[in-house]
Amino acid sequence: MKEQNIDIQRRTFLKINGIVGTGFLLGFNFYSCQEAAVIREPATSWTDMNAFLNIANNGLVTIMSPNPEIGQGVKTSMPMIIAEELDVDWKDVVVEQAPFDNKKYTRQVAGGSQSIRKGWKSLRTAGATARDMLVTAAALQWDVDKKDCRTEKGIVYGPEGQSLSYGALAAAASALEIPDDVKLKDPKDFSIIGKGQMNVDLTSIITGEPLFGMDYTQEGMVYANVIKGPFGASIQKIQDSEAKAIEGVIDVIRLDDERVVIIGQDTWSCFKAKKVLQLEWDQVDEQIDSAVIDEGLHALLQKQSQDYKRNDGDVDKAFKEADQIVERVYEAPFLAHNTMAPMNFFAHVTADKVHCVGPIQTPEWTQGRIAKLLDVPDEKVHIEMTRMGGGFGRRLYGDFALEACEISQKIGQAVKVVYTREDDMRGGIYRPASKYKFRASIKDGLLTGYELVGASVNDGNCVRANNFPAGALDNYRVIAHRYESPITVGAWRAPVTNFLAYAEQSFMDELAEKCGKDPVRFRLELLDKASSRSQENSELALDYDPQKFKGVIEDVVKHARFGKVDKHQGLSAYYSHNTYVAEVADIDKAHPTRIEKIHCSIDCGIVINPTGAINQAQGGVIDGMGHAMYGELTIKNGSSVQQNFDAYRLIRMPEVPEVDIHFVESLNDPTGLGEPTLPPAGGAVANAIYRSTGTRIYQQPFIKEIATLEKLG
Amino acid sequence: MDNLIYLVKSEDKFMAAYNLHINGAIKEVDVAPDTPLLWVLRDHLKLVGTKYGCGIAQCGACTVHIDGDAMRSCVYPVSKIGDSKITTIEGLSKNMDHPLQKAWIEHDVPQCGYCQAGQIMTAAALLQENKNASEEDIALAMSGNLCRCSAYLKIKEAILSVSKA
Repeated sequence: MKEQNIDIQRRTFLKINGIVGTGFLLGFNFYSCQEAAVIREPATSWTDMNAFLNIANNGLVTIMSPNPEIGQGVKTSMPMIIAEELDVDWKDVVVEQAPFDNKKYTRQVAGGSQSIRKGWKSLRTAGATARDMLVTAAALQWDVDKKDCRTEKGIVYGPEGQSLSYGALAAAASALEIPDDVKLKDPKDFSIIGKGQMNVDLTSIITGEPLFGMDYTQEGMVYANVIKGPFGASIQKIQDSEAKAIEGVIDVIRLDDERVVIIGQDTWSCFKAKKVLQLEWDQVDEQIDSAVIDEGLHALLQKQSQDYKRNDGDVDKAFKEADQIVERVYEAPFLAHNTMAPMNFFAHVTADKVHCVGPIQTPEWTQGRIAKLLDVPDEKVHIEMTRMGGGFGRRLYGDFALEACEISQKIGQAVKVVYTREDDMRGGIYRPASKYKFRASIKDGLLTGYELVGASVNDGNCVRANNFPAGALDNYRVIAHRYESPITVGAWRAPVTNFLAYAEQSFMDELAEKCGKDPVRFRLELLDKASSRSQENSELALDYDPQKFKGVIEDVVKHARFGKVDKHQGLSAYYSHNTYVAEVADIDKAHPTRIEKIHCSIDCGIVINPTGAINQAQGGVIDGMGHAMYGELTIKNGSSVQQNFDAYRLIRMPEVPEVDIHFVESLNDPTGLGEPTLPPAGGAVANAIYRSTGTRIYQQPFIKEIATLEKLG
Repeated sequence: MDNLIYLVKSEDKFMAAYNLHINGAIKEVDVAPDTPLLWVLRDHLKLVGTKYGCGIAQCGACTVHIDGDAMRSCVYPVSKIGDSKITTIEGLSKNMDHPLQKAWIEHDVPQCGYCQAGQIMTAAALLQENKNASEEDIALAMSGNLCRCSAYLKIKEAILSVSKA
């Protein structure tokens, strides 16, 4: 993926002084960034400095936030980075969501926890370039050397006490040549980055203003609900007279062999019609069943394979010479994403353009797919990105947007597709069910060999072959198997590692015990080994930095006072999305199956927005614990058994432990934060439960084992 | 097929006129009697702060006040409302100055934000009834409101900061 750079800014540079249309002006929300609005003269002209920045002559700065906002906070944190380098008062900043535009912006994606990491340099450069031009404009006006000028909070100061606001300089600055060697700030001088800034959409959220795709309406729009059958089934017969008789229902349309659409004047008419619409499906495949899949996955774990994802040393020899071999199987069910806002999208397909509005993590990919589906050029498809009512990976897949376009084209009208919760939970693209078999050999109290075999539904690489403990062991190998099924699967927050991390960290805890070592020392020694082996052999493939990995473990051990408090404690640590996280779960001795607190130490480099970061990190920990404890989607006869929140259990407030977040101080470039705190949580919880009950947990959801333990009392 | 709570009865197939007391004003709507208040608010009155999450009163995203009580509007048919006074997130305060809204700003609570109107409405009804709600009271009262982003700790902190307990 190419980085946004100066060349791109050069290309997209707009020399518009004071002629920006009123549409731009109307979009302003003077109160969105600050509690107490700054009273100032109304602006009379606006200047685009680059694709991200517009400066009004009264000093207000509008920053376009390029990436989709999914709850990860980038609509606040990405503009903070630009504002920092521009050197403007955050109170003078208004943030707007940029539309999808791959000529102006690159990587407008919410996925893989990469928005900040990949945007870091280009966002800083965009701010710094504009600042440099404003300084040059001031220096020219005063006839002084620009080296003698400085900036502070939106004002350029000259060597003899002169000062001019950015607002007064913007028009002249924008006419200058764009410099290509601007100096970025020393992170030590940051004044916006590193200080908690309020979510820029907060006031709209707490007053109920329209923000989300679900809230979007347009004059003359109709509503649509799409009905799909069990996986692999086709429609045999449609009995729709009763559904069509409902006032408000406009039509019932067969889209293809798998989908029927109800068109209505409002959402409820569609939902109600769905209740009485009678559909017959040609077949229900009884093999599409969780129990059958479980058997298939178990069989794959036993299958001989030489197709190694990684194979170091001689694992077979290590196993032959071992004092003992430990073998464990960990099992994960399917999970649904269950974003709070069910899937929805607006589309209006007309002869000259395709207008789409809605929540989408991948506007670029989706644009291309819509263009292909409707057979129109990419540039005819316009996508406006709304705030998302959650994503967790589900909104990477634009299926719902494609549906909206297909329906709009078919009926020749603007349409909003709305899923019921049941549609959403039944609709597939699940976290795949998977199983992992770990085997390890121990000789003279030392770990000598290690093998991981993974098997997952429709996922060819359900392992992370170069992640810890790769590199720490002379004899190490990894194999992955794929189970084919008509059930659709996809990325679910922290794909693969959302379960693999728990399995590995739980197994690691057991190995430490078998080797007679405490869980902290055991891990630190392995990391030291990885460190020295990578120093001896520069070709050793390691995804992680053992020193940073050790850093978060040592940090969480200190904060949790691991092993020094009168509690049952479980440790877990994992590297994902370029970020290191270690967690300790505490259990009060009086309540052996209740998690009281989780301590979490994170090394994600520079933290852009600490308040948002803490919220995000806590959310990841609780999400990780919640799904490990309760999450389960079962398939029977080709459909999910759980179809709503009465049957699908999510963590709720009374079950939520205290969560203490600690960021390791760092001046390194920022890395991901949306996902990395989730993977270690399950391991910390399972390891703590082992300390309090003596029972190891090998299956999610943990609640099944815990319920048994509680019965035994 | 779905868990939609109301079965379609013959009289529910046709529209009827209702005068509803919403946020201090009277609004006239012409909808089928079984239409849940949620969809009257969202699709007919364009008051979209109240959210759809599950349709079966399990997630709390659609919470509004009916005569001061926190109710799940997704299962409350318009025909049962009568003269009851409805307050939605849009009508909770005039100037965003309800103590909970201020606390939500102070604690920068939301992540994606979709469930937050429902959280605030449930919490507002709780504190109206119990000004001294303890941490346990809050956790129990809020247990019907899901937050898929798990901003639960911030939600709890914000409510606790308003409670006199």
